[in-house]
Amino acid sequence: MSTAPTSPARPGPTAQEAALRSALSSTPRPPRASALSAALTFGWRGMLKVKHVPEQLLDVTITPVMFLLMFTYLFGGAISGSTEDYLQYILPGILVMSVLFTTVYSGVALNTDLTKGVVDRFRSLPIWRPAPLLGALLGDSVRYLVGGTVIIVLGLALGFRPGAGLGGVLAALALVLVFAFGLSWVFTTLGLVLRSPSAAMNAGFMGIFPLTFLSNVFVDPRTLPGALEAFVDVNPISHLATASRGLMEGTAASGSIIVALATAAALTAIFAPITTRLYRNKG
Amino acid sequence: MTTHPSLAIEATGLTKAFGDTQAVDGVDLAVRSGSVYGVLGPNGAGKTTTIRMLATLLRPDAGSARVLGHDIVTEADAVRGLVSLTGQLASVDEDLTGRENLILLGRLLGLKRAQAKARAAELLEAFGLADAAGRLVKNYSGGMRRRLDIAASIVVTPQLMFLDEPTTGLDPRSRNQVWDIIRALVAEGTTILLCTQYLDEADQLADGIAVIDRGKVIAEGTPAQLKASVGSGALHVRLLDPQQRPDAERVLARELGAAHGEPDPAALTAPCVSADRAAEAIGELSRSGVRVAGFSLGQPSLDEVFLALTGRPAEEQDPETATVTHEEQPA
Repeated sequence: MSTAPTSPARPGPTAQEAALRSALSSTPRPPRASALSAALTFGWRGMLKVKHVPEQLLDVTITPVMFLLMFTYLFGGAISGSTEDYLQYILPGILVMSVLFTTVYSGVALNTDLTKGVVDRFRSLPIWRPAPLLGALLGDSVRYLVGGTVIIVLGLALGFRPGAGLGGVLAALALVLVFAFGLSWVFTTLGLVLRSPSAAMNAGFMGIFPLTFLSNVFVDPRTLPGALEAFVDVNPISHLATASRGLMEGTAASGSIIVALATAAALTAIFAPITTRLYRNKG
Repeated sequence: MTTHPSLAIEATGLTKAFGDTQAVDGVDLAVRSGSVYGVLGPNGAGKTTTIRMLATLLRPDAGSARVLGHDIVTEADAVRGLVSLTGQLASVDEDLTGRENLILLGRLLGLKRAQAKARAAELLEAFGLADAAGRLVKNYSGGMRRRLDIAASIVVTPQLMFLDEPTTGLDPRSRNQVWDIIRALVAEGTTILLCTQYLDEADQLADGIAVIDRGKVIAEGTPAQLKASVGSGALHVRLLDPQQRPDAERVLARELGAAHGEPDPAALTAPCVSADRAAEAIGELSRSGVRVAGFSLGQPSLDEVFLALTGRPAEEQDPETATVTHEEQPA
């Protein structure tokens, strides 16, 4: 086999070159993407990543399943006298815990993104500034939904019986997702402030872990020492767990629902602008 | 600041510091519309920081710039609507396929779903990536990634394109492909600001060059002017018989003013300003009975440019990219 004597074969004026020319000839610039369309497109990007890296879903499915089984069968009898009774108490709490733990990964993912060149391109596009962040959280919300659904289906299979039926369960799931969306902004801020993905992960869990355990997710706060009980009672995560229980049992605690929604709104109002600003000014 | 409509980029005194490091220290640039302007310098000279300021990713500490008539600080959004950036790190999403990357960009730039898909297919075909369209970008070769990166920059044709070291780390063949794409872009009227470490790349593509060092422009002109100011290229000669090297050295020194042997006992080098002078010198060698195996006329390297302009070699300041070797384009 002989090769060209001078240089590696450069394609002459071929079909490829013609295609290049035609692809380069100016196309009229379309009107800018709307804020909603840009955010949804970033949400689609998040979905594609789940499709290509399905292992991402492991952390939102395996961990909560482990927690549910462990707490129900290991501690259930000791805490509530029977595993059946404890499952009734803990399932809404595990739902809260597993979804909130997942929010930490939103910050980790954002921090990971920043180490890649693609963020520069996003930041140089003429789009609504918060769109990449909002879109990523919309994509994450789908992962929260998957995690929450796994818990609920497993709970039902193990014998959890919601007094308010499916409607109550869906309402509780929706409330938890709204709260998680608000909380995610805290972790995206952390993800932008901290230097590495693992730092974002550690700091995130250092915050969310004690906050979740110092709530009424696992035990009735009346059994706690006074000072601790006082803290647990004002912890928004307690309110979220109480509200979820109420919605599932059909004894809706409207006070707790309002506190949970107000917390989500407040976190979004404070941390969404901070995140957007940090993202925009990231050198 | 007065605005010249024929200038795509007009920067005055751009300055940016990171902590104690003065990354860009008062850079002035004037880039004509429709031209390719090369910014030449070693790693850490301030090229990328300059591009990032002009592409509105960084706010300058001082100075100002207008890109396509819009101020990069107060009218950043208008600038973003007209330019595109191909960064030094490949600015594509490695966890998506090539096709998905282009559709994503198309949608973000306002194309309808069907338009975005059609445009992605057209670009993948044009850039020779149709076969790899459904593969994840993390499995692409360096050259494919670069081509996708440039394709992503022209999903909607920009008026001005920033290209930050588009061929660093590429093999010669991929490098030629990228150069062909850049030439085609220019032929279609896009203005290009090209950052590079390679004088021959700037020479091949650029109409004007600014040499940047330690955050300052230290020389500016056409490639020809720059090479002339550097002095010369070099004539490299290989002899059939190493024994004849002293004779060859004498002849070349007489013809070209100087000559010195290379580590290879059959090779020697002489400074040379033009191909005509080189041809005369080679002719003189054969007339004197020196048998020549081969010869080539080399351009001054960035190092030689720097040596001529600053009296010291180009400094590699970034240890990570400093190891990337520059492979010569095949003759």
